[in-house]
Amino acid sequence: MIIKILGSGCKKCIALGENAKAAAAAAGIAAEIVKVTDFVEMAAYGVMSTPALVIDDKLVSAGKVLSVQEIEAKLAAL
Amino acid sequence: MQWLSDLVGLLVRDLFGLELSGRAGGSIHFFIYDVIKIFILLTVLIFSVSWIQSYFPPERSRRILGERKGLGANIMAALLGTITPFCSCSSIPLFIGFTSAGLPIGVTFSFLISSPLVDLASIILLASVFNWTIAIAYVVVGLVLAVIGGTMISRMRLDDQVEAFVFTSPVTTGDGESLTRRERFSFAREQVAEIFNRVWPYVLIGVGIGAAIHNWIPQHLITGLLGKDHWWSVVLATIVGAPMYADIFGTLPIAQALVAKGVGIGTTLSFMMAVTALSLPSMIMLKRVVKLRLLLVFIGIITFGIILIGYLFNAFGHLFL
Repeated sequence: MIIKILGSGCKKCIALGENAKAAAAAAGIAAEIVKVTDFVEMAAYGVMSTPALVIDDKLVSAGKVLSVQEIEAKLAAL
Repeated sequence: MQWLSDLVGLLVRDLFGLELSGRAGGSIHFFIYDVIKIFILLTVLIFSVSWIQSYFPPERSRRILGERKGLGANIMAALLGTITPFCSCSSIPLFIGFTSAGLPIGVTFSFLISSPLVDLASIILLASVFNWTIAIAYVVVGLVLAVIGGTMISRMRLDDQVEAFVFTSPVTTGDGESLTRRERFSFAREQVAEIFNRVWPYVLIGVGIGAAIHNWIPQHLITGLLGKDHWWSVVLATIVGAPMYADIFGTLPIAQALVAKGVGIGTTLSFMMAVTALSLPSMIMLKRVVKLRLLLVFIGIITFGIILIGYLFNAFGHLFL
């Protein structure tokens, strides 16, 4: 599974990345965390506010640092 | 904030043993007082503005704008631009998101012009540094510039000047994440921390330059360059300010010192607007989504508008001060 964190590299993006990593580990999923900082690439997901979370090329959330629990719920829903 | 000024005055006199009327004492007083004042204002303002912003995620702004047509859409875009984030780095995703959803580029440009130029924080800052009349006049001309600029870009039919991928970018639906009260609180707190971390060097530099202008640079040198009686002063202030990047928190202490040294209010506003609305980094970013001609039209309209505003305020500014 590939989890992408979309954002300029701000604190919030780092926090979201950490939470995503923890959520994947808790769910027992081997996930690769990829940081996307290029806004043209971000636009390809229709993202207007960062940080955003993309799981397997699907936009899951934008403009918010999701908690570990919230990301786990999103992972379970896939 | 007279109490703060007095307090810093006591500190400079009793602790440093410097007279406030002296050059060194005066500039140290200006520096300490202004830095503390701006940091207090910055914290309070960004917190409250972020709280309001949390109700207007870009997805919602886009939906509101999509429901309007013609001039109404431009006016609404200019108004929404005042309550959206301060950072110019978020303007490109917004541009792509708005355009791909089918908003006319003129409307998006109204938004892009007003967003860095006029925001709630700058209104209150201007009011506290100058007065409310100047603050309101600044906001009104800023909004008018955004509406006219966007409308002109619409009329010029420059849609072919937008990079093709922008139109084909996917569009998300819905109003974006809705937040709980606690999330709004932590969003506002994080915004304060983030913006504070980003702008404090600019504030220190701005206040430092302000203090230098205030106490060390001879008045005749400044009025000789930017004085009211020179026809070129507004143009010079705009051209010098345009490539610079700083936000309003850093430019205000400079503006304040310039006015105190006899520079016209119009010249000063032109300088501030040029610094905040146009900057090299944001133009380089914008170049990735629009072609050169549209970029030049955009820069041209803004520059012309800022210069015009400068002359207007120099001519009629005495009514406000």
